[in-house]
Amino acid sequence: MKKVYSRPKYLKKVPMHYCPGCGHSIVAKLITELVEEMDIADRTICIPPAGCAVLLYNYFDFDCVESAHGRGGAIATAMKRVLPDRVIFTYQGDGDLAAIGTAETIHAANRGERFTTIFINNAVYGMTGGQMAPTTLFNQKTTTSQFGREMRRDGAPIKMSEMLATLDEGVAYIERTTVIDVPSIKKTKKAIKKAFQIQMDDIGFSLVEVLSPCPTNWKMNPLQSCKWIDEDMTKVFPLGVIKDITENKKVKEAVNAD
Amino acid sequence: MQIKTIFAGFGGQGVLMMGYTFAVAAMREDKIVTYLPSYGAEVRGGTANCTVAISDEEIASPIASSPEFIVVMNKPSLHSFQNKVQTGGILFLNSTLIDEDPSRGDIESIAIDAGDMAEGIGDARTANLIMLGAFIKKTNLVNIDAAIGGLGDIFEGKKKVIEMNSNALTIGYDSLK
Amino acid sequence: MRGNTVVGEAAIRAGCTCYFGYPITPQNELPEYMSRRLTEIEDGIFIQSESEISAINMVLGASVAGARVMTSSSSPGISLKQEGISFLCGDELPAVIVNMVRGGPGLGNISPAQSDYFQSTRGGGHGDYRTVVLAPASCQEMADLTMEAFDISDYYRNPVLILADGMLGQMMEPVTFENYKPRELPKKDYIIDGAKGRPSRFVRSLILNTKDMEEHNWKLMRKYKMITKNEIKCDEFMMDDAKIAVVAYGTAARIAKGAVKRARKEGLKVGLIRPITLWPYPSEVIKKWARSVSLFVVFEMSAGQMIEDVELSLKGSSEVYFYGRPGGVIPTPMELVKIISSQYYQKGF
Ligand code: SF4
Repeated sequence: MKKVYSRPKYLKKVPMHYCPGCGHSIVAKLITELVEEMDIADRTICIPPAGCAVLLYNYFDFDCVESAHGRGGAIATAMKRVLPDRVIFTYQGDGDLAAIGTAETIHAANRGERFTTIFINNAVYGMTGGQMAPTTLFNQKTTTSQFGREMRRDGAPIKMSEMLATLDEGVAYIERTTVIDVPSIKKTKKAIKKAFQIQMDDIGFSLVEVLSPCPTNWKMNPLQSCKWIDEDMTKVFPLGVIKDITENKKVKEAVNAD
Repeated sequence: MQIKTIFAGFGGQGVLMMGYTFAVAAMREDKIVTYLPSYGAEVRGGTANCTVAISDEEIASPIASSPEFIVVMNKPSLHSFQNKVQTGGILFLNSTLIDEDPSRGDIESIAIDAGDMAEGIGDARTANLIMLGAFIKKTNLVNIDAAIGGLGDIFEGKKKVIEMNSNALTIGYDSLK
Repeated sequence: MRGNTVVGEAAIRAGCTCYFGYPITPQNELPEYMSRRLTEIEDGIFIQSESEISAINMVLGASVAGARVMTSSSSPGISLKQEGISFLCGDELPAVIVNMVRGGPGLGNISPAQSDYFQSTRGGGHGDYRTVVLAPASCQEMADLTMEAFDISDYYRNPVLILADGMLGQMMEPVTFENYKPRELPKKDYIIDGAKGRPSRFVRSLILNTKDMEEHNWKLMRKYKMITKNEIKCDEFMMDDAKIAVVAYGTAARIAKGAVKRARKEGLKVGLIRPITLWPYPSEVIKKWARSVSLFVVFEMSAGQMIEDVELSLKGSSEVYFYGRPGGVIPTPMELVKIISSQYYQKGF
């Protein structure tokens, strides 16, 4: 019988701690698949965040460095400068990237640091138990916005990708995707591949924002979660390429190769 | 022997350069030297000063609470520093900008018309080194050649600047008997 | 050379290739100098970061990638760096951190002060950890200790703090860089540079299993014990027949030395103990002198912080007197001479 699917080579054989239906596990799998396909496992370095994905290094069978909450951008900056030929990416949630680490993110992007950020946006603080995130939608109920997020008290859901896209030439590529069905998962994989390729080609900062279900804290089942992303979340955070300065053929060819 | 001098004036008068040149000259003569400039917000108000200590042995504190000598380039500096100089010490003042005498009788004061002399050689900015030349002549703390040699280190490669400043040093030096 | 630039040049000569920092007075000459020098040397990396927090995390990144790295700041900025310093200790990563202390608390002022002693020696961030703290008292020592700091830091895989102040940073004294004798250092087998030809690895301080976390803490403590055994430095001046010992470090020790000399001229039997490592603290030296010294005068440019270490060293066996000036005031040697002689005669020595 022909084997049509196997566990990605660089995904360690340990059970993941993520909740059922969580988007993190899908993205983790996509990354390990890509690392294998692009044959970069011996030069890839991941910088996991504080949050649900803090234990990523238990799953990835390539080098990882823990970061303090929000500081991935600063650590990745220095690592990439010291090791310019490695493929370095931060993996950050909305609290990490868009609240406590906003400054690190913006300035690394603005300097055009040649690393990639994978930004998991699930509109909530997952690990700490479902508090309001900077990306929580209006009227969305969380444990710290129990009657729903409102403008005057909480401000608006922050659109980091759009904000970062306004930065000058340092920012090469930003795309927002999701992981709620097979086509969207495929798109996410392609976007991450492109982002990696962009740093390998020394073009600039790249970021892929993934709208990711958190059924546990949304108090929905996985299916309802996907529907909520599709119907509500994408209204505030529309999918698609937000910025792309790559007219670079090499990138396009490499990405379209499969 | 340990001698401390404060150089003071307003920003742009080259007060720090004056002290620095003196410090470098002393180092060239193998003396133990500390040079401490005023810094940060202190220098934003337009005043500048620095303290140079020279000694044969280790210098405990680079700060001078009662220095032997004070060189002041403008009136506000005269007012803020004249009380610090120790009894029997010497106050050097730039009489081009300071038209009063120090209010103390227990110190010697030497007026040098450094501003006008600098105008005389065609560059008002050299008043600082004219002052320093006179200071060196009077105090005899370092050899004038060490100071001139020091300029070579400080302005490495900038021939014109070195020439202009050594000229100023010499003029100041010769202005006192 | 100015103290601040001395530190910079010493770092470069010790093989430091990365500097990250954020401007703050009174240490700006250091990042300015590094920005020039690190552009000149191959592989040199200089970034003016967006914040102190970012700077210390860049330090972590460069360190984990295997580079010799330094950051510097002054008191409020060092407070911001504490989280990162705690991570460096938890991760067991080397780094050299310079604090040109200014008067505090809060924004305080930019005058020389010694009010960050507790923060530096107790481990200013969260968790059970220590940083090695070196306190130079001259430009020459700034050079020697900065160079040695990199070796200590690499040897024990622990951050080293250089504690000075605006006066030492601004001051100029002749300096030689020839005193440095590089130590033999273990290979950096922990760095993260891509799993090429070896199994993948990770660096982290998160240890959820409490038993393992406890063991990690004990491991750190064993390391700190080793540092305490090997790295203590202390200077003693005119102590042999001293009845009063002044204990002071850094700028205060310079002033104290002047005072001791003057007091000696007046015939008073006074000496100076100058801790050079503030952590580990030279407790044994203090204890040793307790046999012949009748009074320890602790002299600090703070409201009294190091005095706790002196008292801990003596454990009540000798009398301790404190004289300090907080807030960025620089005391004069004469001030201290007066204190010494009044104590001297009061005690009837
Ligand atoms: S809490 Fe949410 S984000 Fe975290 S693992 Fe569970 S589902 Fe995923």
